[in-house]
Amino acid sequence: MTIRTRLLLCLGALTVGALSLTACSTTSQTNTTAEDSEETSLVVYSGRDEELVAPLIELFEDSSGIDVEVRYAGTTELAAQLLEEGDRTPAQVFLSQDAGALGALTEADLFATLDPAVTERVAAEYTSTDGSWVGLTGRARVLAYDSEKYTADQIPGDVFELLEPEWEGKVAIAPSNASFQSFVTALRVTEGEERAAEWLNGMVANDAQIFAKNGEILDAVNTGAVDLGLINHYYWARSEQDPATLRAQLAFGDSGSVSALVNVTGAGILKGASDSTAAAQFVEFLVSDEAQTYFQEETFEYPLVAGLAGPEGVPDLTELGGPDIDLSRLSSLDETVTMITAAGLL
Amino acid sequence: MLTAAAALVAVAALAPLLQLTVRAVGGDFAASLANLWRPRTGELLINTISLTATVSVACLLLGLAIAWAVTRVALPGRALWWTAVCLPLAVPSFVAAFAFKATWPTVHGFWPLVLVLTLSLTPYVTAPVMGALALADHSQVEVARTLGVPPATAVFRVLGPQVLPAALAGALLVALYTLADFGAPAMLRFETMTTGIYAQFTGGLDRSLSATSALVLAALALLCISGERRARSRTARGERSVSTARPPLIRATRTRIIAAALVGISVLAAVAFPVGALIVRSFSAERFGSTPVDLLGAGLTSLAIGLATATIATLAALPVAYLAARFRGRLTSAIEAAAFVGHALPGLVVAIALVALSLQFTPGAYQTLTILIVAYVILFVPKAIGSARTAISQVPLPIEDVAQSLGRSSLKTWWSVTFPLSLPGTAVGFLLVALSVMKELPATLMLRPIGVDTLATELWSKTSIGAYGAAAPVGILLIIVGVVPAWLVARSVRRAM
Repeated sequence: MTIRTRLLLCLGALTVGALSLTACSTTSQTNTTAEDSEETSLVVYSGRDEELVAPLIELFEDSSGIDVEVRYAGTTELAAQLLEEGDRTPAQVFLSQDAGALGALTEADLFATLDPAVTERVAAEYTSTDGSWVGLTGRARVLAYDSEKYTADQIPGDVFELLEPEWEGKVAIAPSNASFQSFVTALRVTEGEERAAEWLNGMVANDAQIFAKNGEILDAVNTGAVDLGLINHYYWARSEQDPATLRAQLAFGDSGSVSALVNVTGAGILKGASDSTAAAQFVEFLVSDEAQTYFQEETFEYPLVAGLAGPEGVPDLTELGGPDIDLSRLSSLDETVTMITAAGLL
Repeated sequence: MLTAAAALVAVAALAPLLQLTVRAVGGDFAASLANLWRPRTGELLINTISLTATVSVACLLLGLAIAWAVTRVALPGRALWWTAVCLPLAVPSFVAAFAFKATWPTVHGFWPLVLVLTLSLTPYVTAPVMGALALADHSQVEVARTLGVPPATAVFRVLGPQVLPAALAGALLVALYTLADFGAPAMLRFETMTTGIYAQFTGGLDRSLSATSALVLAALALLCISGERRARSRTARGERSVSTARPPLIRATRTRIIAAALVGISVLAAVAFPVGALIVRSFSAERFGSTPVDLLGAGLTSLAIGLATATIATLAALPVAYLAARFRGRLTSAIEAAAFVGHALPGLVVAIALVALSLQFTPGAYQTLTILIVAYVILFVPKAIGSARTAISQVPLPIEDVAQSLGRSSLKTWWSVTFPLSLPGTAVGFLLVALSVMKELPATLMLRPIGVDTLATELWSKTSIGAYGAAAPVGILLIIVGVVPAWLVARSVRRAM
């Protein structure tokens, strides 16, 4: 009798399992059919954090009626995935945290050419030269520091000072993160390969603290776990607590040096989606005043469309005095990753 | 036909390993070699091996001490302790690590990680040692003592050989878990092969590099599992000793106090502390406040995927388990060993192989639940096979013979006789698979379809943006999920007692 009861119980469990499996497979089927009709749905790979861009994507969904499916992961991870997927990718639009990944995908010839009406909205120095991707926002590379231990003037304005014994074991970096990688690319482009390798090896020798993400670094500085952290400015500026009252405060790099690098986030349309109106509509939306204002007000990034002011609480884009680099020269991500790997950070 | 089905399962289980080997050797072999032959690999290997060795030894010592204390010392409420010492199994190591980090944000590195892993993994040693102690022949201790051997020496000499194989097998399981663990080292920022491969996968453009590193990790894991099998085969034939008289419990007050303190503190630190810390933390959701809808969604997704996987894994396990239980032979052993490979392979390794395999052969299935479930089945089918095999071998063979002599085909016999009788044991395997799926992190992170969040990935993404308050309820749910397998282990221990 007990065996029969147990048998029934188990059969019940099996049925539930089988049912949920069918349920799952039906959802995935609807997904594929939805992907086919491009007008009502869109697949985006986002190398930008969900909490930064999800509200913006909702705005787009509401205004366009297009259902957007987003795969969130690291920018470099998604770039590698797009390279591996090639023309079999389900992705139609790629949102990138930096210019390097966009450049690498351009070189692999994975992007469709954008409508000039879209690319022209952004100043030429902040977007691709051949129209394969468009810059969306600017962000400054900064050092977050523990304000309970240091004052702003004690923080190095030049990243090479971080190699001093004074900072041994005190600086946090995120070598697998695209922003760090594009910073290294900028070092290579402005200071030369040797100096860049010297900086990386110096950081390793000086016991730099390794993290996986910018957000974790800010959190570590804010709790006193590390003294300094190399991050993007907006992680700090968008904190829900008034950033001015945070334990972690920001120091901007010396004007004109690579330490004050301004990199861009950007978007491109994958070749397979070159005819997709939904994809075109989405990218157009990203450079619209509405989206650019969202970036400026909600994520505290620098809008790249002419005529919009910079975010509050951080210096103006022109004041930062970033180095004079052509961003399309930041596309050599592959060589950078090789250098970071050789330094033993990956 | 049975053999063909079982062989198919074995081939599927071997596929990831084959893929990685082909990729590492068949691609640019020189580049693969150069990728491995560098200081970073050495550094990660040293980190991994020292962590694995330290945690295994710590678990071995602590597990032996705890098992001894709860089986041989007259503790108040002894039977309760038998369950309590198995409970740390309910706390996934990354949840325990999260509880530490949420309480002391600056804590990180080797020793805190050793502490977290030791506390969570000790039951892997405690449980088999308790079983072995219950089966051991204690009477010889008295014999040795009458021959003038001091008490402690007598215990070691007599019980050592009877208990040590079980303890070693447990310690090797600890080693295997430590090798494959991703969440706890990542949260406490100690770089191991596993976290290093993940960084290589997420932070590099060339994925064949992470594939070659994954092969090294797989080799380490296979080494551990073969050691475990060797140790286990020495205990497997343990039968209850002829002398059934149980030795009297130790009642010396000092021993009782020390034993109670040891067991009490370790259970408190491994179970009560994380649960308490998470509850406290749940009430302080500062940023990104907890969203019950997300939580419910992630919980239901986890449950649905868990049940679906368990169904498929159990179906796949049945032919292998039946063969293994009924027809011992070279082919059967080979099939069973192959199907067990997933038990040794870290989730990350299987995921890396499957990303490439699915892109190569079934691009349509890539990034779908199908591939994720295939990965889970490869990883967890051994749990289903193990339970089903034991259950089937306990069904008396004559019953099957009688059914067949009455004219039933062998398949019908199996369906009407063997299957119902072995169902309770098979169901335990089903449950274990479902729950393992719900706790899995690295493979889920890499293979999940767009928009699919499980409890484990939810906890991971919340902690990586520092939203500890929002992550805490997820951690509590994960512990609740883990109570079931912990209770199952405790039940089997109580039965042995």
